[in-house]
Amino acid sequence: MTNDNNIIQINDLHKSFSIKGREVVALEDINLNIHKGEIFGIIGLSGAGKSTLVRCINFLEKPTSGSVIFDGRDLGTLPAAELRKARQQMGMIFQQFNLLMQRTALENVCFPLELAGVSKADAKKRALELLEIVGLAERAGAYPVQLSGGQKQRVAIARALATEPKVLLCDEATSALDPQTTASILELLRKLNREMGITVIIITHEMRVIEDVCKRVAIIADHRIAEVGPVLDIFTHPKTDATRQLVYREDEDPVVYHAGEGRFLRIVYNGSFALEPVIAKMILDLHIPVNIIHANLRSIEGDTYGDMVVQVPDLMGSERVYQYLRDRGIAVEEVSQDA
Amino acid sequence: MLEPQMIQTLAQGTLESIYMILAITVISYVIGLPLGVFLVASDKNGIHPMPGANWFIGGIVNILRSVPFLILMITIQPLTRMIVGTTIGPKAAIFALVVSAAPFVARMVEQSLLEIDHGVVEAAQSMGASNLQIITKVLLPESKPSLLNGVLVSATTILGYSAMAGVVGGGGLGDIAIRYGYNRYDTGTMLVTVVLLVIMVQLIQSIGARIAKRSDKRIND
Repeated sequence: MTNDNNIIQINDLHKSFSIKGREVVALEDINLNIHKGEIFGIIGLSGAGKSTLVRCINFLEKPTSGSVIFDGRDLGTLPAAELRKARQQMGMIFQQFNLLMQRTALENVCFPLELAGVSKADAKKRALELLEIVGLAERAGAYPVQLSGGQKQRVAIARALATEPKVLLCDEATSALDPQTTASILELLRKLNREMGITVIIITHEMRVIEDVCKRVAIIADHRIAEVGPVLDIFTHPKTDATRQLVYREDEDPVVYHAGEGRFLRIVYNGSFALEPVIAKMILDLHIPVNIIHANLRSIEGDTYGDMVVQVPDLMGSERVYQYLRDRGIAVEEVSQDA
Repeated sequence: MLEPQMIQTLAQGTLESIYMILAITVISYVIGLPLGVFLVASDKNGIHPMPGANWFIGGIVNILRSVPFLILMITIQPLTRMIVGTTIGPKAAIFALVVSAAPFVARMVEQSLLEIDHGVVEAAQSMGASNLQIITKVLLPESKPSLLNGVLVSATTILGYSAMAGVVGGGGLGDIAIRYGYNRYDTGTMLVTVVLLVIMVQLIQSIGARIAKRSDKRIND
């Protein structure tokens, strides 16, 4: 089952908690392979189980059954001391940063090195280098309370990297940050991935974050993995309702499609089409009045993609629009009226 | 009203009180700090849950905490005699004070440690910290300002208890207040001891609070 290309393999993982004597399932039938050196996203709505999943990856939560293979070793079989060593190979950052409030930025970065038994002088030297990498060298002596959210997360990233881990787990790491700071933190993660080859696992509820940095993504819904695949495929051809909800942000921005008048089609097109006035041309060619209900552009892996919901007056017209776009290689699907 | 000899007695009483507070606070922390750490660590949501032992230790602490000091001191007299050989005098008083103060300290320490956000403990665990490392490098240092405030509250409480220990000839200002003020109806002396006790509490509180505040890095100046 082991594959050299996988840094983490999760097999048949199941996790349930016993709350007041009742079994509550958090994760079911999770099978996931995370490749060396990739930026992998795990997305789901809150309560879907993604935070539990990331805690099972480094065994902060022990899976009820199933296994987690990290770098060729089954974490479930390791004795406590070995497990702690293995954890030093997996850095983790959090939504609330979780810095030590009574330590300076520098001392925070030294912390995991102290735990690992590195000498004070060496730890300090390495910590300064890391603060340099995350762009915070000049704030080394500041206490967390004196830093902004973005700066705190940078310190947390430097701290997570101190023991030279192979994997960086990011648990909603940008969820407490504003969009601009989020972008700069994601840029930093991308840089670390590119320059250090570290595998990054990003847990989030925001599709924007996934689109921005991830190559592959797993969608978690109702404690199971709904879909796994390249971000682009998931985006252009979502297979499940859970994915559609997340990808098209139907939860955030509900578009009400009223029953009765006409049919609704969702069109997903990539950059090359986005530049062309496809819709305008279609209207001219087909002589069908098309009403644009909703349109959105976004960037995935450096390309521009758009999704649009249009209203077509009748079934006949809808069939023709459908065929017209399909012939031109544009993904299109009918949107149910209660979507 | 105050003869030179009385002034000397009061000065000696003050020194004795200071000495007792220091000694009892230190001994109570030697016992109460590990107990407080244990109560937090062995909690069902702690880093090393031990529900049975937690219930047992927590129960003993609660029992000792709920008995008023004066009654406790008298109740444990047989134990005091067994351990220090007598039930009167400073040694007996110190023993009784420690039995009463250590559980108090344990709860104070427990409260301070519970203020630490669980996320910080989780972060340390994610870096491979052992439970001992979490206690010595996360829980205790992170709660230092709160622990110092706890020391203040404990010390002033112990000062109050130590005055009560005057009943068994425990020495210090409380002893003087009972012997002269209560037994001999010397109201002047009693008032002076009260003033001295108030001054001591004020000093402990104001100096200590300053130290605790200065040590807290969460306060942004």
